Amino acid sequence: MPDLTTNCAGIVSPNPFWLASAPPTNSGPQIERAFDAGWGGAVWKTLGQPIQNVSSRFGAIKWKGSSGVGFNNIELITDRPLESNFREIYEVKRKYPGHAIIVSLMVETREEWKEIIARSEDAGADGLELNFGCPHGMCERGMGSAVGQEPKINERITGWAKEFAKVPVLVKLTPNVSDILPHGRAAQRGGADGVSLINTIKSIISVDIDRFVPNPGVAGKSTNGGYCGAAVRPIALHMVAALARDAEFNRAISGIGGITNWRDAVEFMLLGATSVQVCTEVMLRGYRIVEDMIEGLGTYMTEHGFQKIDDLVGRAVPAFSEWGDLDLNYETVAKIDPDKCIGCHLCRVACDDGAHQCIHPDPNGSRVPVVDESECVGCNLCQIVCPVDGCISLVPVENGFQAATWNDHVTAGAALRPKKGSH
Amino acid sequence: MTADRSESVFEDYKPAYDAQQAVTEANRCLFCYDAPCIKACPTGIDIPGFIRKIATDNLRGSARTILESNVLGMSCARVCPVEVLCVGDCVYNELGLPPIQIGRLQRYSTDVAYERGWTFFQAGPDTGRSVGIIGGGPAGLACAHRLRRFGHRVTIYEKRSALGGLNATGVAPYKMRGDRAADEVDQVLAIGGIEVRTGVEIPGDVSWTDLQRAHDALFLGFGLGSDTMLDLPGKDADNVVGAVEWIERMKRGRVDLGGIRSAVVLGGGNTAIDVVRELLGLGVPSVTLAYRGTEVQMSGYEHEWSAAKDAGARAAWRVAPVGYEGAGVKVLECDAAKAPIAGTEHTIPADLVLVAIGQSKLGSLVQGLELDVDHGRIVTDATGATSRPGVFAGGDGGNGGKEVVNAVAEGRDAAVAIHAWLQGRS
Repeated sequence: MPDLTTNCAGIVSPNPFWLASAPPTNSGPQIERAFDAGWGGAVWKTLGQPIQNVSSRFGAIKWKGSSGVGFNNIELITDRPLESNFREIYEVKRKYPGHAIIVSLMVETREEWKEIIARSEDAGADGLELNFGCPHGMCERGMGSAVGQEPKINERITGWAKEFAKVPVLVKLTPNVSDILPHGRAAQRGGADGVSLINTIKSIISVDIDRFVPNPGVAGKSTNGGYCGAAVRPIALHMVAALARDAEFNRAISGIGGITNWRDAVEFMLLGATSVQVCTEVMLRGYRIVEDMIEGLGTYMTEHGFQKIDDLVGRAVPAFSEWGDLDLNYETVAKIDPDKCIGCHLCRVACDDGAHQCIHPDPNGSRVPVVDESECVGCNLCQIVCPVDGCISLVPVENGFQAATWNDHVTAGAALRPKKGSH
Repeated sequence: MTADRSESVFEDYKPAYDAQQAVTEANRCLFCYDAPCIKACPTGIDIPGFIRKIATDNLRGSARTILESNVLGMSCARVCPVEVLCVGDCVYNELGLPPIQIGRLQRYSTDVAYERGWTFFQAGPDTGRSVGIIGGGPAGLACAHRLRRFGHRVTIYEKRSALGGLNATGVAPYKMRGDRAADEVDQVLAIGGIEVRTGVEIPGDVSWTDLQRAHDALFLGFGLGSDTMLDLPGKDADNVVGAVEWIERMKRGRVDLGGIRSAVVLGGGNTAIDVVRELLGLGVPSVTLAYRGTEVQMSGYEHEWSAAKDAGARAAWRVAPVGYEGAGVKVLECDAAKAPIAGTEHTIPADLVLVAIGQSKLGSLVQGLELDVDHGRIVTDATGATSRPGVFAGGDGGNGGKEVVNAVAEGRDAAVAIHAWLQGRS
């Protein structure tokens, strides 16, 4: 078994799987059960001035009978007394000294930051996470994403935290920005040891079409929530990767956003995350999912010859390129395996209506459609809609052209292959 | 229809889906393009389309999609041999995964539509033309409904006291009971303007000449005749009954099975299998299907026979009946060519013998019409037109005996042809 010990920005945990600051980390007894189940770390539900929450708080996207592929919430930070939280942090840390407890914080003034950081460290926090991400409720009071969207404020408050903190400081970033880079860099300038991203995305999850009220309904009204769950993973992966490859940014990343299993976690780590944080899937399925995550990651690392976490962190970052550096002369065409084809013709309608009209019925009448390779642009849509594993593959074509990117073409006049599908 | 019917004891062999079950199954559908299930449906229902509408909670649209192609979609959902039609061609079979339960989904949609009283169709503006329909079974009903949508006047002539045809008198009750067939007749007639004349024999009560005088076109949808019986010693015994006749008695009233400990059903087709299952379901302890050929040679569907065996059916393969006696059926064993072998006579004990070897063809009924008849079957072209202009036909009387869904398709398509023919004459 490879060594899963993780050191993310100086916060050490027995594995890279942390619970994100959220309902699963609301209390000490919960986190103790999570650690017993195998979670390596937990980011305590955000502490601040306790608030009052609403009913109801959650909404979910149902897709083909499965609820929660996308999820949103309008719950705020902790509604429990600070004293209870600090006492439980102390107790959990005493019982689980080898696990990481990161305390998420959200207050307003410099004095408040100073006090709450001191109390967190006194309770035994291994690290702090500054919640600059929450996009609902708290931002209306000038906190959460209201901070995360302003690099100068982000930098200043991060600076305060670093001034007062002895343990590592992570800044949790909001995705509700057009470009993540200025915000990661601002945290870095403020002295952050690392960043965690993404927090949730501003959202309306759905609308009750009979009562004319968005969900979740609160006495006939609703408000925007924070969107999370598997559906946000592509956005999170992009933002993590954007920071990971940024020449200016050089701090640790804790990846968050739609992680449901070990494969998702590996994707985040390959794109630069050292630890990963999970909330929604735990809310839907319970702490027990971590057992498979640990086992799956270990097996994956063994199969790839990775001995420690750092061996895989960032391995896919070099391949995350600008469009202008992609090889325009690389050509693929779709091939349908006639032995696997079941004759559903989903590829045909997808190509006809959504792509380049190059998949046709077999003129000889078999159930297997025919790809006109002279017109196929290798777009992948047919492969995506095909319900049969391994039936459609995109096969490279030898076209005699040297590799050439757009940048090669405009700067050095590199020859490009003739276009296909542009009739 | 009397409530006290023998068929009432039967429960649905394939139970109805509830809403969650239906949506779950609907979500499995791949929504194939140019889908094989549509091609396998004689009425060409847009199956992926109606299933998607179940999944999106557009149930009204789902039912409309079904009934647009097949106005008898509620009964077809129950009685179609989907295993050899749409479900049999579902692409999931190719993947080795359970095929979509299309029949059960279609039943769900149409049952909801019936429960909620949704109607979808209106008669077209009156054309002043009139069509006479002979036979109020599935073909005649489908034809009548489509003709009304075109605005033609329609009269159905039915020899029984009620419409529905084999849907009312012949369908195995574990698929559909007669009251449900009556509900469907009501739904078809709800389009309005269909005159129904029951208890009328054609041409005995109304001559072909009178019919032609009264109508601009005729549709012949009279199906098949009575059971074919074997001319064997003892054939007139009370305990030797035609299967179709017995099924009708069981469905419309009561059959007396008191003292019946064993029954033999002669035949190897689907009616034979149905009646075996019905006898078992009504509590006859020993029911034996006796057939000249082997299990693989029988024309009844494999899935139906498999269900019969599950219910306890017995079989006597490669036997030919040679006579009836009080104790049962005398048979000879048969060779591979289904020919009886002399000297192999023995008796299969039976208190009741049901003969399910086919039904007579009714081509002789139309002698007065002077149209082409082949071995008792009315000859039509693909549109349903007979050799006589203005006379069309569909259903078992033309195709020799197929499924309800074939009759519906033929009746509907004949209506389109009749409409075109009437327009051509205006």
